[in-house]
Amino acid sequence: MSEAVVEVHADHADHGPAKGLSRWLFTTNHKDIGTLYLWFSFLMLLIGGTMALIIRAELFQPGLQFVQPEFFNQMTTNHGLIMVFGAIMPAFVGLANWLLPMMLGAPDMALPRMNNLSFWILPFAFGLLISTLFMEAGGPNFGWTFYAPLSTEYAPETVTFFIFGVHMMGASSIMGSINIIATILNMRAPGMTLMRMPLFVWTWLITAYLLLAVMPVLAGAVTMMLFDIHFGTSFFNAAGGGDPVLFQHIFWFFGHPEVYIMILPAFGIVSQIIPTFSRKPLFGYDSMVYATASIAFLSFIVWAHHMFTVGMPIAGQLFFMYSTMLIAVPTGVKVFNWVSTMWRGSISFETPMLFSIAFVVLFTIGGLSGLMLAITPVDYQYHDTYFVVAHFHYVLVPGALFSIIAAVYYWLPKWCGKMYDESLGKLHFWLSFIGVNITFFPQHFSGLAGMPRRIPDYALQFADFNMVSSIGAYIFGFSQLLFLYLVIKTIRSGRQATDRVWESAHGLEWTLPSPAPYHTFTTPPKITEAEAHS
Amino acid sequence: MPKVNKNWLQGVVGLGLALLPFGARADELNMPRGVTEISRSVYDLHMLIFWICVVIGTVVFAVMFWSLVNHRKAAGHEAAQFHESTQMEIIWTLVPVLILIGMAFPATQVLIQMYDTGGEDMTVEVRGYQWRWQYKYLDEDYNSTFGFFSSLTTPIDQRYNRTVKGENYLLEVDNALRIPINRKVRFLVTSEDVIHAWWVPDFGIKRDAVPGMLNELWTIVEEPGIYRGQCTELCGKDHGFMPIVVEALPEAEYDAWYAQRLELEAARKKALSQTFSAVELMTQGEQIYNTFCTSCHMPNGKGVPPVFPALDGAEIATAPRRADHFEIVVNGKTGTAMQAFGRQLDAAQLAAVIHYERHAWSNNAGDITQPSDIVEFMSGQQ
Repeated sequence: MSEAVVEVHADHADHGPAKGLSRWLFTTNHKDIGTLYLWFSFLMLLIGGTMALIIRAELFQPGLQFVQPEFFNQMTTNHGLIMVFGAIMPAFVGLANWLLPMMLGAPDMALPRMNNLSFWILPFAFGLLISTLFMEAGGPNFGWTFYAPLSTEYAPETVTFFIFGVHMMGASSIMGSINIIATILNMRAPGMTLMRMPLFVWTWLITAYLLLAVMPVLAGAVTMMLFDIHFGTSFFNAAGGGDPVLFQHIFWFFGHPEVYIMILPAFGIVSQIIPTFSRKPLFGYDSMVYATASIAFLSFIVWAHHMFTVGMPIAGQLFFMYSTMLIAVPTGVKVFNWVSTMWRGSISFETPMLFSIAFVVLFTIGGLSGLMLAITPVDYQYHDTYFVVAHFHYVLVPGALFSIIAAVYYWLPKWCGKMYDESLGKLHFWLSFIGVNITFFPQHFSGLAGMPRRIPDYALQFADFNMVSSIGAYIFGFSQLLFLYLVIKTIRSGRQATDRVWESAHGLEWTLPSPAPYHTFTTPPKITEAEAHS
Repeated sequence: MPKVNKNWLQGVVGLGLALLPFGARADELNMPRGVTEISRSVYDLHMLIFWICVVIGTVVFAVMFWSLVNHRKAAGHEAAQFHESTQMEIIWTLVPVLILIGMAFPATQVLIQMYDTGGEDMTVEVRGYQWRWQYKYLDEDYNSTFGFFSSLTTPIDQRYNRTVKGENYLLEVDNALRIPINRKVRFLVTSEDVIHAWWVPDFGIKRDAVPGMLNELWTIVEEPGIYRGQCTELCGKDHGFMPIVVEALPEAEYDAWYAQRLELEAARKKALSQTFSAVELMTQGEQIYNTFCTSCHMPNGKGVPPVFPALDGAEIATAPRRADHFEIVVNGKTGTAMQAFGRQLDAAQLAAVIHYERHAWSNNAGDITQPSDIVEFMSGQQ
């Protein structure tokens, strides 16, 4: 129905992209900005991944062989910061930029100039952060959670660069989320009611509100650090009447919603892909929306489960234990919905589906270890060990990252008009799937056996599992270069993709030609019940 | 595409086989059962929740994989078009809620048991430092009767792979915390600098050591033995090198040791007014240097410039004016890793280590530092 509209518009050659570098610097086009975000996040994935490989090389055997403990701490810290703020979050924003207008039948994002700014802040923010690694005092070395007073009184001088870097990342995220909310609430095509929106849009709407609520809290935390370090205040200094534990409360009030910011859009992606390759509508659309909203609400009242060992009254411990356990309910609803969607479908196993199935299985494993971690008395034994490392990598790597990779395979033919190489895609999947499990599964064991996280060297009983884990990390890390090769090969020489791409893909983006023209839906399509979400 | 499903299976089986040879030792695989009532309750709770999770995972994945195999397009399965079922949604909301309530009951019980502080037989103050632990045995009025530092003893050569690693690599200390079995020992956990965490897995207890805060923990150990743990909160450069070793002794043996320590403490206090020979100061000083100073300034005094300055040939350790040297050792230097050792060492120890630094390696200040000089310096500045 909208093909006609698009073809008419494609004649406007003067609306096409500018030539050369200025196209990317000054672009206000949601597709260009989406592309920038995605390439940037991939670069960050490689940098953060290199740091992970340095960590795993050092931990391959007991003893100190490649790096010194100071540098090791800088690697764990920057690996965490870069993966969270540089790889996962910008990748989801990139997907939102590419997909939201096409899914909603809008011509572009609501605030295109701000869109440009929110991207172009990022290279400077991460430039600032990464440059500290080359300074005499060394980069941030206090963990990605930067607990005071290690990150204030005892921090290297470069901590100020880190603070400004975090401020810039926060500003970028706030602008990005305002843009997304404004787009979803104002730019929907006629007939695209809220309850007809694709789930990816729904999860992003809720994520954007989470971002808007908590990024200012993070900004507050780093500003208080700045004042403690440079202006003599004592927010987090017990000797001056402050409280180091206050920092943790503020940080995790940001930090727990933050981890859902990194997983809700992933839920949305998987909820788009599974129905397509099961050739069957999503089992419970409404309950998926409500479950996402419940998870978002709960994320605000569970933060202290990251701090069970900090010394809280028993009433506090019990409250945070119960509220955390509750998250299992809406999360379970999601998993059951995906399984019921596959049930009695007509399932095929293209690469996006393989990554989505692996997502459901491995994210569920991460969710179950999360449930174990919620049980306060047992958490005392798990806290700050490799069991926690295994848990959050299971939800973030085969969780968030796999969903992003699945999304790239799923929508790449729409973006560039070319089909990727299916056998290479499957090879990439199997290498990633095996690599990720060899890396992170043994970490459950080393954690239970008592290995603390963030240590550069370890006692001898942890040696076997660390060696296995390091081997897995190298398999996983290098398979991502195959992904890079595959994407470049697709863009340069893939065979022409059809407009629909997948035989039972639903949604407005599939009504557009492949590749999607530079400007789409300049005249909004009209959406009827029949064409609404898959 | 039946090929794909075989790959799935092969992947899972292959992974299991790859891990098998490493599953040989139980202490590498699971949480220890431990030696206290609490640690056993925690272990049982852990296993209960673990098996519940395994059952849930197995059921969900079994349904999913059954569907993946039987509802394949390649096998010619036609897609049904059903969706939405309020009844199903209610069932899979309520069933998990019931399971969670079932988990919450035992969890609450164990937690309440853990919070039953008070009624203790003795109290030990546990204080974290960058990067060692200090234990102080407190009397009924919470005054320290005596105390000591507990530092890693694993030689630096083992850490840098120059010699063979010992059995308790990175889990051995000079002075273990000693406690009696069958008595309720209360720990007051705090920190002098950054946040650390004190953890002994076999006791099933862990608590953060937060500067300016006192956290309470307790344990009743049932079996004599040596129990090892590690700091579990990132605390800077040597976070991985501040283990915890607790020696649980039979009551009588503990009481004898305690009495002996009280005598030693009286002798130590006397030493503060003594004068020592240069040789005594050098021997004593070297020992203290190797415990407290080497991790930054290195055994050869060369440091790791620019972050950790060299002492060998340094002006501060050779100039005739000793006050600057006293100042930095006693009060530390804010904004750097240099700590205020005046709060960690007594005057005799400070005198020895300062004398050592002024006369070790190529340094030869040609003076002698006595405990009385330190006492004078410390009182003069107040």
